[in-house]
Amino acid sequence: MKRPRKNLRHSQHDWREQLRRVLSPRTFLQRHAQVALESLGRLYRSRVSSLMTAAVIAIALAMPAGLYLLLDNLGRLSGSWDGQASMSVFLKNSVPAKTADALAKRVREWPEVSSVQLVTPEQALAEFSERSGFADVLEALDENPLPTVLVVVPASDYADPAAASTLRDRFSRLPETELAQLDLQWVQRLAAILDIARRGILVISCLLALAVLLMIGNTIRLEIQNRREEILVTKLIGATNGFVRRPFLYSGIWYGVLGAVIAWVLVETGFLLLSEPVANLAGLYQSDFHLETLPFQLLWVLVAAGMCLGLLGSWLAVGRHLDAIEPS
Amino acid sequence: MIRFTNVSKRYPGGYEALSNISFHMEKGAMAFLTGHSGAGKSTLLKLIALIERSTRGQLFLDDQNVSRISKRRIPYIRRKIGFIFQEHHLLFDRTVFDNVALPLIIAGYRYQDIGRRVRAALDKLGLLNKERLYPVTLSGGEQQRVGIARAVVNKPMLLLADEPTGNLDPELSREIMSLFSLFNDVGVSVLIASHDIPLIQELDYPVLSLEHGRLANTAGANA
Repeated sequence: MKRPRKNLRHSQHDWREQLRRVLSPRTFLQRHAQVALESLGRLYRSRVSSLMTAAVIAIALAMPAGLYLLLDNLGRLSGSWDGQASMSVFLKNSVPAKTADALAKRVREWPEVSSVQLVTPEQALAEFSERSGFADVLEALDENPLPTVLVVVPASDYADPAAASTLRDRFSRLPETELAQLDLQWVQRLAAILDIARRGILVISCLLALAVLLMIGNTIRLEIQNRREEILVTKLIGATNGFVRRPFLYSGIWYGVLGAVIAWVLVETGFLLLSEPVANLAGLYQSDFHLETLPFQLLWVLVAAGMCLGLLGSWLAVGRHLDAIEPS
Repeated sequence: MIRFTNVSKRYPGGYEALSNISFHMEKGAMAFLTGHSGAGKSTLLKLIALIERSTRGQLFLDDQNVSRISKRRIPYIRRKIGFIFQEHHLLFDRTVFDNVALPLIIAGYRYQDIGRRVRAALDKLGLLNKERLYPVTLSGGEQQRVGIARAVVNKPMLLLADEPTGNLDPELSREIMSLFSLFNDVGVSVLIASHDIPLIQELDYPVLSLEHGRLANTAGANA
């Protein structure tokens, strides 16, 4: 009966001693910093092959990041569009201002209509000369060529394409109407296309993330094989699986981070190369549109993604291969 | 320190390396384990170091029953044991210092303590001026002493040595054995597997003799 109690005391002593060492925050941090630096040093010593691995990871990360950024910029092209299709109803030039006013009031009562904004020719002219850069040309005109416009936003129940075009037909039949046009049809189409592209990029991202995972997993697997002897010796002199695992997990993280930084450089360089021709093209359309990449946000996102993938990839490799190496 | 009670080890395939071994080695004792090759010396040491697990019987280390201890706790038991191998298992991509420091790093010692303890161990083995060298540049005897330094740096309660003098000439072997005596003098239990009978007979320690996996003669040991 005595022996078990003695055993307990012993194991408790071990356990406390171990806990005291492990929980001492300085030792803990020191140890992790040491392992992290050691892993980095190992990558540096075989820098050519490390760089090649990191470059492959970088390309796999840069592809979705670059595509997503391009898409984001395209989305920005549609500007302040709030997702609601509105329509412009151009009135005949012969319609006097008073009638237009009354019409706007009448239309506002329709159940299909959420709001109506009346834009007089004067307002339209002012806005146009301000935005288009054709002020000089407009000044040369004798009279204002612009019609009165009702900007109509359909009620939310009538916002779907079919109901909106029925509403447009109703406006077309009004005697005052010259032309009724669904303004933002192209924006809706663009948004739909962007949605598809976004989905596509999501699929590509997942596949490439899987590729990064396998890439890192395979690299770590090779490293485990190369360091088999070392793993055996450290296990023989009392290394826990955690201790043996740690340097490989850090290697995985470093590969991910290194790949992310290279990916960032690739994306930023790509956008830098694109930015001038894009600005030129936008200039031809009187737009000050330019490519935006938010460099620091991008860097953090890439590094975070790289770290997670690196850790996960090495974890998978370590889990599969490390436990199999036991001294015998 | 070490107590075997009817311990047997049968390898997968049916080969019984050890049958019904019972002996007790006191804390602070030193003993030799002899027998021709294949008699089960290595297996017995591997059972103590928990590299192999016994198929039958009870094994106590420092009064703790380790026969059915869980895999997760094995590393902590191994830290109490210094293991010296015939082929010394040094890591050739690290300096002597880093090799000897390994058990301390594993046990989570602070960086400052590691330097102090490693130098103390190297000093004891006369290797202090070699700490920056790589193991390949050392002679066989020096490599073995680095292995011993690594085994003792953690101040283990028990030293196990598997043919520690197997590759050394008689002069060096005697030197190594006297080192083990020195550690034993300060209270470390020592168990050495060796087939160097002349050398063993020179020294006055109990001898456990294995024959075909059975304990044949326990001259001087507390059976």
